[in-house]
Amino acid sequence: MKSHLLPAIRLTLALLVLCCVIYPAIVWAAAQLAPGHGEGEQITKNGRLVGFANVGQKFDKPEYFNSRPSAVGYKADGSAGSNKGPSNPDYLKEVQARLDTFLVQNPSVHRNEVPAELITASGSGLDPDLSVQGALVQVARVAQARGLAPAKVQALVAQHIQSGTLGPDRVNVLKLNLALDDMTGKK
Amino acid sequence: MTTGLLGIVVTFGLTLLLALPLGRFLANVFQGNKNALDFLAPLERGIFRLAGIDEKREMTWQQHMLALLTINLVWFVFAMVVLCTQGSLPLNPDGNPSMSPDLAFNTSISFLVNCNLQHYSGESGLSYLSQIVVITFLQFVTAAVGIAAAVVVINALQTRTTDKLGNFYNYFVKSITRLLLPISLVIAVILAFNGSPMTMHGKQQLITVQGDTTAVSRGPVAAMVAIKELGTNGGGFYGANSAHPLENPNFITNVTENVSLVLIPLAMIFALGFYLKRNRLAYMIFGVMTVGFLALLAPTVYYEMHGNPAIAHMGADQALGAMEGKEIRFGAAASAYWSITNTIISCGSVNSMHDSFMPMSGLCQMLGMMTNAFYGGCGVGLLNFFAYLIIAVFIAGLMVGRTPEFLGKKIEAREMKIAVIVTLLHPLLILAGTAMTAHLYAGNPTEYAGWLANPSFHGFSEMLYEFTSSSANNGSGFEGLGDNTPWWNISTGVVLLLSRYLPIIGPVAIAGLLARKKVVPASAGTLPADTATFGVMVLAVIVIIAALAFFPALALGPLAEHFTIY
Repeated sequence: MKSHLLPAIRLTLALLVLCCVIYPAIVWAAAQLAPGHGEGEQITKNGRLVGFANVGQKFDKPEYFNSRPSAVGYKADGSAGSNKGPSNPDYLKEVQARLDTFLVQNPSVHRNEVPAELITASGSGLDPDLSVQGALVQVARVAQARGLAPAKVQALVAQHIQSGTLGPDRVNVLKLNLALDDMTGKK
Repeated sequence: MTTGLLGIVVTFGLTLLLALPLGRFLANVFQGNKNALDFLAPLERGIFRLAGIDEKREMTWQQHMLALLTINLVWFVFAMVVLCTQGSLPLNPDGNPSMSPDLAFNTSISFLVNCNLQHYSGESGLSYLSQIVVITFLQFVTAAVGIAAAVVVINALQTRTTDKLGNFYNYFVKSITRLLLPISLVIAVILAFNGSPMTMHGKQQLITVQGDTTAVSRGPVAAMVAIKELGTNGGGFYGANSAHPLENPNFITNVTENVSLVLIPLAMIFALGFYLKRNRLAYMIFGVMTVGFLALLAPTVYYEMHGNPAIAHMGADQALGAMEGKEIRFGAAASAYWSITNTIISCGSVNSMHDSFMPMSGLCQMLGMMTNAFYGGCGVGLLNFFAYLIIAVFIAGLMVGRTPEFLGKKIEAREMKIAVIVTLLHPLLILAGTAMTAHLYAGNPTEYAGWLANPSFHGFSEMLYEFTSSSANNGSGFEGLGDNTPWWNISTGVVLLLSRYLPIIGPVAIAGLLARKKVVPASAGTLPADTATFGVMVLAVIVIIAALAFFPALALGPLAEHFTIY
């Protein structure tokens, strides 16, 4: 063991330089050329930073498209899922309550039109997206709260659908809501 | 629905397409043949000179293991020191504290053994220095250790009599310079260009559109996540792992990460075929593993895409599938595929929360770790499979009444004893660990109430999953488990140690013993190991060992839960 100890320590030092200095430095340099320059894609409005495009944030007011339930209340420095098992009775009561609340807030929506994602928490607690259906079922409420024609709001949703190529189609909640604010002239 | 399935097929197809040429390349690298990355030779010579290593000195299997264990010990001490003092070391912009000794023990061991079980959350538990010099570093070197050990076994299986099995440092360093580093660079750049942060700045404070105050954690994410997947490590930068939108920003990065973690385990199988010039043997191994993989994948995809029946009962639309713990940008199908590839392969990263999967999916995830040989981790998957292979050869030999032989070498009592110990160690650690914990819990449910996030059968599954994941060196979890307590940190730490080194030493010892034996020329009485018939035999051995050992425990957890909601 002794004869291996010194080479092991020296090899470790050499590899620390290679894997922990040179490698991250190259990636960092490459990231400077990427959109967002390695800081994440930041979104500003009127010169003020309002969020990261990829990091979901809490929207629960009626005049905004609401984001998904989050186990951590969209705390972006403590991501986590709910880790509730599918048969947990307390969890199922919570889901039922979310469904009932949603139906009260959106009286024109029928129960079987509410997609699963609006009553379940995401894995990260920071899901930035809604499914297309998840946005569409909120159109009537948002339009009414803002005094807009539902068709206009629906068209805005359609503009914000990102095709998933091989994955699911989705709507970025932050971008959609910012466009909504622009439309009604809210600063 | 069809898009989801198409996504899975394309992801697997792409992996296979890349793994075949990579396997050929690896065989060339480790045989010392000419290959595309020979221009890196001066860099490697420089590393060996700095370390004072003669990389041409041939080693016996014992010398290989001694070198492996010594360097692992060095890394353990180094990791413990950094983690216990990170609070006062530089590169800690978020001001995160040093780890408690039992948590540092668990974390050091867990990353040292390529498991990456995490009883902390990255955002608040580690400084950037620890993320780079402990986590990222160990993710490189432990993957390389697994690959180097597998190369020793492959080298030993050649038809010749020798005890000289190459040089450990040579295999180890080349696994990093020729394989892990170059591919990690490509993956990291793809991630950075799709929105993963790569910065040394701390959290970004901001006020959201609605007026809430929040802080977004960042860090050197792209570089770390690349090797996390490629080296089948699995320990995430953030608490939510690859479900976090900065660790895995969109479907393209999801495919990239998912391909990366399956790539090397697959390529190692093909490398074995090219190295030994026994491609049929490699295809047999690939076939058996793929059958096992698909058998676990199909039910998981089915149950996840059909959603939670208890929620369907409330009348909500279930077209998206079971969405608790899943992200919209991946969807149910890709999340199911990810979860099975990450459990059959000892990677254990997650892009959705396994605790919230349907019970049968949880069962398939656990079975993937219980067999631990369908593709398996970087290098070690092949080692685990090799132990099953030896047992299958022995049983098949007895069935036809001949001395068991594998690739021209006789399998005798000593090899069998080692193979049996290695394969039985796994169920022993999992079942004994779970039993002891369940006993503790049952004796004092109020004191340990913080352990379980879910009641009843699912709570039992959480404990079973944790020990399965530890023993399989997987690292994923039913994360509802409150596992940052001395009992969990120490018990799983011990399981991790035993289940890493014995399953490496065992197969290497068998291969080393076989390499010394005389070659028995193939005759009419030889049992060919590269046929479909023998493949069925191996699969049967795996199923019998896994199913019989684990069925009772699975019946108490996921199976019982399944019947309560369906």
